[in-house]
Amino acid sequence: MKEVLNLQDSNKDIIVDLKNITKKYDDNMVIENLNLYIRRNEFITLLGPSGCGKTTTLNIIAGFEEPNSGDLIFEGKVINEVPPHKRQINTVFQRYALFTHMNVYENVAFGLRIKKLPEKEIREKVKVMLKLVDLEGYENRSTDSLSGGQQQRVAIARALVNEPKVLLLDEPLAALDLKLRKEMQLELKRIQQSLGITFVFVTHDQEEALTMSDTIVVMNKGRIQQIGTPEDIYNEPKNEFVARFIGESNIFDGIMHEDYRVSFEGREFQCVDKGFDKDEKIDVIIRPEDIKLEEYGQGMLNGTVTSVIFKGVHYEIEVEANNKKWLIHNTKHVKVSEKIGMNIYPEDIHIMRKAREVE
Amino acid sequence: MVGKWTKRIYLTIAYIFLYAPIIFLIVFSFNSGRNSSSWDGFSLKWYSSLFDNQRILKALYYTVIVAVISSVISTVLGTLSALGIDKMSGWRKKAILNINYLPVLNPDIVTAISLMNLFVFFRLTFGFKTLIIAHVVFSTPYVIVSVLPKLRQMPDDLVKAAQDLGATPFYTFRKVILPQIMPGIFAGFLISFTMSIDDFVISFFNTGSGVTNLSIEIYSMARRGVSPEINALSTLMFISIFILLFLANGRDLIKIDRKRGKIND
Amino acid sequence: MKKKNSIAHYPYIVWSIIFIVVPLFLVLYFSLTNSDGVLTLENYQKLFKPNYMNVFLNSMKLAAISTILCLILGYPLAYVLSKMDTKVRNFLMLLLIIPMWMNFLLRTYAWMSIIGRNGIVNTILKAIGIPAMNILYTDTAVILGMVYNFLPFMIIPIYTVLIKIDTNVIKAAADLGANKFIIFKRIIFPLSIPGVMSGITMVFMPAVSTFVISKLLGGGQFMLIGNLIELQFTTVGDWYFGSAISILMMIIILVSMAVLSRYEDKDEKEGGGFLW
Repeated sequence: MKEVLNLQDSNKDIIVDLKNITKKYDDNMVIENLNLYIRRNEFITLLGPSGCGKTTTLNIIAGFEEPNSGDLIFEGKVINEVPPHKRQINTVFQRYALFTHMNVYENVAFGLRIKKLPEKEIREKVKVMLKLVDLEGYENRSTDSLSGGQQQRVAIARALVNEPKVLLLDEPLAALDLKLRKEMQLELKRIQQSLGITFVFVTHDQEEALTMSDTIVVMNKGRIQQIGTPEDIYNEPKNEFVARFIGESNIFDGIMHEDYRVSFEGREFQCVDKGFDKDEKIDVIIRPEDIKLEEYGQGMLNGTVTSVIFKGVHYEIEVEANNKKWLIHNTKHVKVSEKIGMNIYPEDIHIMRKAREVE
Repeated sequence: MVGKWTKRIYLTIAYIFLYAPIIFLIVFSFNSGRNSSSWDGFSLKWYSSLFDNQRILKALYYTVIVAVISSVISTVLGTLSALGIDKMSGWRKKAILNINYLPVLNPDIVTAISLMNLFVFFRLTFGFKTLIIAHVVFSTPYVIVSVLPKLRQMPDDLVKAAQDLGATPFYTFRKVILPQIMPGIFAGFLISFTMSIDDFVISFFNTGSGVTNLSIEIYSMARRGVSPEINALSTLMFISIFILLFLANGRDLIKIDRKRGKIND
Repeated sequence: MKKKNSIAHYPYIVWSIIFIVVPLFLVLYFSLTNSDGVLTLENYQKLFKPNYMNVFLNSMKLAAISTILCLILGYPLAYVLSKMDTKVRNFLMLLLIIPMWMNFLLRTYAWMSIIGRNGIVNTILKAIGIPAMNILYTDTAVILGMVYNFLPFMIIPIYTVLIKIDTNVIKAAADLGANKFIIFKRIIFPLSIPGVMSGITMVFMPAVSTFVISKLLGGGQFMLIGNLIELQFTTVGDWYFGSAISILMMIIILVSMAVLSRYEDKDEKEGGGFLW
């Protein structure tokens, strides 16, 4: 996939550019021909399952790994050969990597000391940064007396205090419990916006990506599957992989007869997509929350309820129709083995080319 | 199952057994008679004559000097080697670790005579240098074995984090790696020092030119008839062990209190 | 991240080849040579003569007895210690280790005075009216010396393994109906076996190769392998024969270790672990 989609304001300039990056370990191709550019002040997320190459991409930007071929361009200059300690990029690690033999102050001040800044200036900067991450007064604490969330914030402060041009975050919230994670997601977004630094975030949690990002890069098996805003990725997945990875979906085989008209599951539907060949075989995607429940016989399709699970926000309902399972999110309470009707609005039917995921 | 008192009696007997010779040595260091079989009254004379006994003092001097020098060398050599070995992999790493382990596994007499063979083969004069080399040979493996686990336990990301924050490899070593592995280095040094102070067999076969140590002296005296000055020396050594222990544990106790204080914040 | 090749280990490779590998090869070489510089097996042939074989067998017998005694005396001690409160047992472990820091020759020599003809034991016995016992310079004295010196080496590994046993495992067993005896037999003891094996190794090896204990407590005529070797290298001057004995002893030890290492704690391989 050579072309890179650009859905934001084109006036912002590019700060990191990955051109034709390839990386392999022995015979294992971890990243193949990756092309990606990152704009200043962007919150961009690399999203994908384990092993998709997102962390390797991050390591290449940081300098911990060298690409086998391709160029890493930072602010217009190729920096493939530049060692990590010379790059104006900082990283927040998944397991924090705090220096356990130093207290909070010394951890945060580490990078500043290397730059040989005067002690007074260091003290000021550390103070400001600790305030930013809500750890005022924690200077003298030892790292092992802190909770996970606090340690994470020290790691963030330690990286940000060096005023990097780009901050890399490698699944930083993975080790936190759910509630804390959600709080930190908002925190990080807030910090990014107030400081105006480019954030490159790596995660396998699609919900996290949707919450925080300006741009999401979906990756699988070393290749980019789709780049776009959260809304685009969610509503217009480009292939089956993205559709399955982001949110939950119902995917059916279908035939696109002509513009705005599609058939699947035994009947015709009106839809809002066009530009396909006549009677082209395609995939139809419908999000579970878009299916409306009606009385039996009153909907476009009919089926039987096979499972109902209470999820708090909604019920997760499974309906069997024509030997296919439909996943529905609805606040309506139905009973198992109840007969039910289903309705789908044209704008909720998404058409996808049959090409399977980008291999 | 087993009565509480049975356990206590068993423990007491066991510890009496363990301490019997030591207590014996201490008690008879105050014996005014020369013979260790009968008590002739209290006296401190052996302590004062100890400080005049040139042989013993010379042996003590060599014992300490050799221990200090060889421990320092072993610790440096062992730490550097551990750093290098940690980055190795595959059969090479296994090979060097197994070779490293040989002086630990081998009975000390085999290590002793093998080194002796080496020194003779290279026509070296036995003396201070050979003694130091011998001590470094048997101590270094313990340093490596102490430091390596600490290196492995160190989170991988720490080095990356330091470099990410701008540290050169050397700065990273000084400020991040070294402090992290310091407990291992220190333990290794301590083990080297202890083994060196106490060593007999390896020293016995690899010294000469009048260089001796306490163990060798005691050995030669034990067969002829030991002077109670040795008892006095034992008592003093025992007391210094206690003092050192108290200092070491005292510090640990203070550390624990500080940590507790922090967690209670 | 394995960075660019470190060269830090090269000095040690060189060092260990010179000072560990080469010396052992020299011993091997000497064992296969004689004073004429000819390659020969005569040293080994000499070794297999009955009087020398007896020395080997005697050493192994005494070492085995000592090891078993250490096990019988040491396991209960380790067990009792492991059950105590942390503070108490740490203190007692410390007390256990302190004598090990005293010079081992001194402690062995002290026994000479205690069990000697005119020693304390006999003095007390005489006072009660029992005739003096000849303990010194016998097998018993040597075994006593071995047990005394090596008992902590048996206790410590067993204790270490015992305290690491997850108390939840014991609770689970009790929950399933096991009484204390069954818990010990079916759970605690089997789990402690790696420690027992460690202990056996750490006692048997030095016991079979000692020469100080046998010399001091066994007397000038008492011959164990260690004494035999020492004799060849000092008084007799037959380094070739001495090397052969050493090689044979090394083989015995390496074989025993291979057998015993089957039961060892697998995590402890690869660069240490008996400290941390």
